[in-house]
Amino acid sequence: MQRGLGVLSAATAAWLTLGAAAEARTIYVSNEQGNTISIVDGDSLELVKEVEVGERPRGIVLSPDGKFLYICASENDTVQIMDTETLEILGELPSGPDPEVIVISPDGAKIYAANEDDNLVTVIDVASRSVDAEIPVGVEPEGMGISPDGKVVVNTSETTNMAHFIDVESHEITDNILVDQRPRVATFTADGAEVWVSSEIGGTVSVIDNGTRAIKHKIGFEIPGVPAESIQPVGVGVTSDRSKAFVALGPANRVAVVDAQTYEVKDYLLVGQRVWQLAFSPDEKFLYTTNGVSNDISVIDVDAEKVTKSVAVGSFPWGVAIKD
Amino acid sequence: MAARFRLEWLYGLATVVAISGLPGAAAPAAAQEGLPVSITYITQEEDKPRPLSLVDPVLTDEGLAGARQAIGENQTTGQFLKHDYTLNELIVPQDGDLVAAFKEALATGETLFVADVYGDQLLALADVPEAEGALIFNSRAPDDELRTEECRANTFHIFPSRAMKADALAQYLVWKQWFDWFLIHGTLEADLAFAAALERAAQKFNGNIVEKRAYEYTPTARRTDTGHVQIQRQIPILTQDAEDHDVVMVADESDVFGEYVPFRTWDPRPVVGTAGLVPIAWHRAHEQWGGTQMQNRFEQGQGRWMTERDYAAWLAVRSIGEAVTRTNSNEPPKLREYLRSPQFEIGAFKGEGLTFRTWNQQMRQPILLAAPRTLVSVSPQEGFLHQRTPLDSLGFDEPESNCRLE
Repeated sequence: MQRGLGVLSAATAAWLTLGAAAEARTIYVSNEQGNTISIVDGDSLELVKEVEVGERPRGIVLSPDGKFLYICASENDTVQIMDTETLEILGELPSGPDPEVIVISPDGAKIYAANEDDNLVTVIDVASRSVDAEIPVGVEPEGMGISPDGKVVVNTSETTNMAHFIDVESHEITDNILVDQRPRVATFTADGAEVWVSSEIGGTVSVIDNGTRAIKHKIGFEIPGVPAESIQPVGVGVTSDRSKAFVALGPANRVAVVDAQTYEVKDYLLVGQRVWQLAFSPDEKFLYTTNGVSNDISVIDVDAEKVTKSVAVGSFPWGVAIKD
Repeated sequence: MAARFRLEWLYGLATVVAISGLPGAAAPAAAQEGLPVSITYITQEEDKPRPLSLVDPVLTDEGLAGARQAIGENQTTGQFLKHDYTLNELIVPQDGDLVAAFKEALATGETLFVADVYGDQLLALADVPEAEGALIFNSRAPDDELRTEECRANTFHIFPSRAMKADALAQYLVWKQWFDWFLIHGTLEADLAFAAALERAAQKFNGNIVEKRAYEYTPTARRTDTGHVQIQRQIPILTQDAEDHDVVMVADESDVFGEYVPFRTWDPRPVVGTAGLVPIAWHRAHEQWGGTQMQNRFEQGQGRWMTERDYAAWLAVRSIGEAVTRTNSNEPPKLREYLRSPQFEIGAFKGEGLTFRTWNQQMRQPILLAAPRTLVSVSPQEGFLHQRTPLDSLGFDEPESNCRLE
């Protein structure tokens, strides 16, 4: 799950009350084919700007203080640093080749990148813009998740079909959990108790107990009239209170609403085409999904479990991050 | 002549604790002993004429490169589970005895084979009495008989059958509403076999072969300085005065004349079949469903583009790896049972997990439709329904095959 902002510091909160209007929410969307970041006004839900960035931008992540947006420019083999005020690219981080997904430590000091072509996770020190370590993982690494306490990073390998649990201090893999075919996303719950891993081709979401490091439940999906092979889970978001979870189902064009306590699927919400990633607003009132093939994002009211709006963005939207 | 090829472990990890992580499975009490998994890639050298297209590279390791790529990937996975993969490269010389070499390998304890061989060779291997307890994965032979009559319990087909390819093409042509086909075929056995598959596909999908002509084969040099002048006149004569047609369909598996047909036909028509728009299991232009990653790492690993024969060998070795990973076993009976079960599926950059047909052990798979430099479409086409899976609209569905493997 992507978080817009971490806990607001007192200073930042004070700044926000100074003459600023109501929280100005901004939604950032990376457009994989368009090579841009779409800037959407989170209140009016209007596309405000499209900013040209590097080639094949995919995973995007905000710094905890919201000042920077880190962008995986996959074809440029780099992570770009964008200033969220000026929308300018300030520089780059050495990510290793073909970074697809990144996660950032809760203190913003380290970024972990999955290098798809090289079977590596690269650990980047943000301040010095240098590489701390390269960690060998399984074949075709993609998904990245980080525990709320920042002590464990989980990477999924799409051809090896594992979730690799990596100790952040030692940079060593401590556990390898076999999941179903082509795991794309790994997401920790806010309390660090569970890691949810989606298997795109396997069609399931595995819920891994972070204590025992074993799969405690596997969620399957079934939609009347939709062929099973179209149901391809990718993005997963669990509310902080672990009451509900949302799973993007790819070419099934729907987001599944799951009871995160019983793991039962409650509903399927129709969004745009080929929905892959999703992220909550910081207050978790809204969920935003990227619909790659219809070139738009969908806005979901989390309490009502309804889709309220679609907003056209750039070409083949991929990642989404929200800042208040 | 066997060459044993042991892959070095590329990555050293200080501590790896492998947990099965499957619900209901007990965690192992202590780290297990390594499980050796030896896979033999067997093929026989042959004198092949140069490709008709002067742009196609002359390859010396086709198929083998795919197996090598996959064993590396299996080994990367295996290191987390203490499974140790090796690829035994059994390249039998042209004047050598393929069956004898195979028997020798069986005698040394090899049980898992990827056979990059022709159909008659495949049956010869499968029928060796000592091979009953082995598993052979066919990564090359497209013969339809192997899927309809001559099925073997120890043989799994990774490479698509001619019927699957013909059906894939036919579905696209029907989708385009190009119903009338003018079929020109070579006269060697493989050409006739593909022509027969195309005729069957026409019947199955309501295509209409309006006329059929043969191109007689005379061996010629592939390269001359003034190549085009004669061909330019020859092909129109070959194709003139045919019944009205929408496409010119070429069945030239022997690669004798097909590449010369596009843009030289009497009537201005698209060319399909073994030239022009080609049904194929893999193509460099394919980058959907994560295909980019496969293309990248094959090029990085093997130094050239992946062909469909490479892809089939890759998929064979990967299927074995997947079965070993999930069963924690290297024993053929256990692997065979798993491969045939509903639990088995493998991601192979085709947009859905691939599985085996239980009746003839053919791997179901989408088939690419490729023009020389681009991907045009992927079959099965939208609208072709099937009660089990649209993939079974390609090739021999259960009622269409006389095989009932168990």
